[in-house]
Amino acid sequence: MPDVLVRTRRKPGLILAIAVLAFALLAAVAPGLFTGQDPLAGVPAEKMRGPSLGHLFGTDETGRDIFTRVVHGAALSLQATVIAVVVALVAGSALGLLAGFRGGALDSAIMRCVDVLLAIPSILLSLALVTALGFGTTNVAIAVGVANLAQFARLMRAEVLRVRSGVFVEAARAGGVRWTGVLGRHVLPNALGPVLALATLTFGTAVLEVSALSFLGYGATPPTPEWGSLVAGGRGFLATAWWMTTFPGLTVAAVVLSANRLSRAIEGDVR
Amino acid sequence: MTRYLLRRILQAVFVLWAAFTVSFVILYLLPGDAVSAKLGGGEAGLSVTPEQLAAAKAEYGLDDPLPLQYGKRLLAALHGDFGRSIATGDDATNMVVSALPPTLAVTGFALVLAILFGGGIAFAGTLTRHRWLGNLLLALPPLGISLPPFWVGLLLVQFFSFQLRLLPALGSNGFESLMLPAITLAIPTGAIIGQVLAKSLRTQLAEPYAEIALAKGASRSRVHFGHLLRNAAVPTLTIAGVVAGNLIAGSVITETVFSRDGLGRVTSSAVTAQDIPVVQAVIVLAALVFVVINLLVDLVYPVLDPRIRHRETADA
Repeated sequence: MPDVLVRTRRKPGLILAIAVLAFALLAAVAPGLFTGQDPLAGVPAEKMRGPSLGHLFGTDETGRDIFTRVVHGAALSLQATVIAVVVALVAGSALGLLAGFRGGALDSAIMRCVDVLLAIPSILLSLALVTALGFGTTNVAIAVGVANLAQFARLMRAEVLRVRSGVFVEAARAGGVRWTGVLGRHVLPNALGPVLALATLTFGTAVLEVSALSFLGYGATPPTPEWGSLVAGGRGFLATAWWMTTFPGLTVAAVVLSANRLSRAIEGDVR
Repeated sequence: MTRYLLRRILQAVFVLWAAFTVSFVILYLLPGDAVSAKLGGGEAGLSVTPEQLAAAKAEYGLDDPLPLQYGKRLLAALHGDFGRSIATGDDATNMVVSALPPTLAVTGFALVLAILFGGGIAFAGTLTRHRWLGNLLLALPPLGISLPPFWVGLLLVQFFSFQLRLLPALGSNGFESLMLPAITLAIPTGAIIGQVLAKSLRTQLAEPYAEIALAKGASRSRVHFGHLLRNAAVPTLTIAGVVAGNLIAGSVITETVFSRDGLGRVTSSAVTAQDIPVVQAVIVLAALVFVVINLLVDLVYPVLDPRIRHRETADA
């Protein structure tokens, strides 16, 4: 483990990425640490102010502090993202495990379905799911999760097949260990690294897709702050208040970029 | 060769059927009630009598048992009929197809930009002998993938339309209005192309044949264009279907940002109205595009890679 720390210390970009993600997660859990202002109540006298020390990201058309709204928006945005990643991870991995272990007709059936999910762009797939499930942040999160489960299914199946043919698994089977035992003792620990890398990557994708769907208006309802809808809220004031769209969007970009960077680092470490 | 083709075509037909089935399962089986939403406006549906609701459902064929609905709709879909839009009453296929031309103009232009810039960055990044320049250029694609397209679009509008007053912010008139949406779409697409091409160029550069060509005195650019490009093109072509899907999905966002007409607008307003037939037509169309492009790519593979050509001929 210290080995990983030493290697990480030599990569300033990676450290920055981890810091951004840590701040974002901290803001989601405890927004009060970053700002003492109210995300919903505005000060009409201070509306449409540009960025300043008092209002780092400026204020909106009702005088609400944008920085405060971005910080409080982290809760909803990242909650939705985490739900999406968990849905994709659990459902996708379960399908992949089942396909890899059972093999035969079930394997082909599951994997053909997965191929089809990959043939439909994930934003369109999640739009279809949102159409069926209805709007709201939780539904958006579930939709994005289902739309991204295909990669997890593929990865998990590949891991099962890879580990299955290993000599140590053969030895365990010969020694009388049941498949469930093999699953817990050999397959899952071996798959942990690649799955973690994919989960981090999916975290970034999910932040992007959740915010895109809420930008389109299928997520949180207006007064509640959420990153995508904050960007949408600034759309009408592009000519007069650039800060209203720029900073919330920059936050999304920074979090996604950091997640992608971390994912690459994990992948590199695993291999 | 014929067997190779036949197998690919069969796979394509299967994916299409499955895309129809998946979208049927998602859209028709899950809860969500567009008809009552249309008649009564969702929760305020007090004015709708059960009889009216039943009549409306019968009109759209929503009261049949599900297997029967599935059979009927699949049969109709084979003839290109996805039913009528619940929101407007128009033919869903017609709505989707007539929305295609403006979207194709933007996505086509975006694709050209994406190939030029994504490919250019990958080439320049692997070609240059200045390490810092290479690192800088190859850091661009991961950055491009991370930027939210709706935000990039708004930033472009802010800068080019409101600050510089160079290009129109909204609408779909003329070539000038094409620029900003195309750039917005081209950034993530070009980033994907750049990433995959750069990776395969690097892999090829490490191959002995590249080293030998360099050792024999060929210039780096000669090796890149004459030797590496052809081999690096194969893995890059595999993502052509993904790229096309990205462009279609991206147009939902760009057309909203730039208030343009097209497939993306039709999609987002259909989702807003929970207009199931239209959403399904869009999904199947996206799958059709994916399948057709992959089929074309499969046809190009043997031309680019003689190994595939010979293996397949030996099989047949």
